[in-house]
Amino acid sequence: MGEARLVSPPSQPSPSRGEGRAGALQQRWIYFLPVALFLVLAAYFALALRPGRDPSLLPSAMIDQPAPEFDLGGLDGKAGLARGTLNGQVALVNFFASWCVPCRTEQPLLMRLAEQEHVPLYGIAWKDKPADTAHYLDQLGDPYRRVGLDESGRTGIDFGVYGVPETYLIDRGGHIRFRYVGPLTPEALQRELLPRLKALGAS
Amino acid sequence: MRALALAALLLLALGLPARAVEPGERLADPALEARARAISRELRCLVCQNESIDDSGADLAHDLRVMLRERLREGDSDQQAISFITARYGQFVLLKPPVEPATYALWFGPPALLALTALVVALRLKRRGAQTPPAPLSEEERRRLARLLSEGG
Repeated sequence: MGEARLVSPPSQPSPSRGEGRAGALQQRWIYFLPVALFLVLAAYFALALRPGRDPSLLPSAMIDQPAPEFDLGGLDGKAGLARGTLNGQVALVNFFASWCVPCRTEQPLLMRLAEQEHVPLYGIAWKDKPADTAHYLDQLGDPYRRVGLDESGRTGIDFGVYGVPETYLIDRGGHIRFRYVGPLTPEALQRELLPRLKALGAS
Repeated sequence: MRALALAALLLLALGLPARAVEPGERLADPALEARARAISRELRCLVCQNESIDDSGADLAHDLRVMLRERLREGDSDQQAISFITARYGQFVLLKPPVEPATYALWFGPPALLALTALVVALRLKRRGAQTPPAPLSEEERRRLARLLSEGG
């Protein structure tokens, strides 16, 4: 019906013709509305589904916040780990557990990191039995300067840990600057962790 | 038949998800426990992200439930207890996101879209109505209508 009106015969009086054309123009943008909506939606989905984005990764609420207070006991005959231990240095705090399979995959990388890059690396054993932690470190090597035992998991929760492994970068002032969720990979180390360590002036 | 329906209902009830809150976690004070339950239903479990910590059997959810109850027992208000969790895990743990500039699109986007669509549809309908005024009935049609109406009556 509308189309029939667009090709109205020229014999019509001119005022009504002008009206008809304006109306048609006004109507036409409506046809583009679904296209525009589709584009907006498509952009949104593309953003949410872009390759490499893991929807289970959550932003940390603790970034740029002071690291929480903690004072954890250590393994047999070894010193524990407290917030004060980290004072005045750029440090990495790695949450791990013997029951955590992905932690085993990042352990060799942590060993290399501690030996070659001389990064102050500290470990917190999250919700793990001390005997199991000790056995785990005997088996896979101990890259940590110190290990604190967080059997209850409270310190982890204070850091905002929601699964192990998680690695926190803490600056000289004791603020959390970066968090890495999941096992570290050589690429993540090169791309995300080492540049940040350098920027903070880690020695 | 009624017995069958009852049996079906019973089966349905059995199939409902079991609450994850363990007996040992519950607070002795029923009012405090009720508050804890209400809050934990609003908090997302970080491990299984589409469950509340009230529903989740995950270890971390258990820890958060216990911590939440600790806070309440120590006299925290509901808001303080929730802030305690969001300070560590961020706004994401709130199953119901707060109304703030960052979530305006979330809250007002769908109603705005609906209103816009309604407006467009209304405009279309109005224009179509205006463009094709129904032609008056012809003499023949009028007679036929009268005949049909009298037949129906």
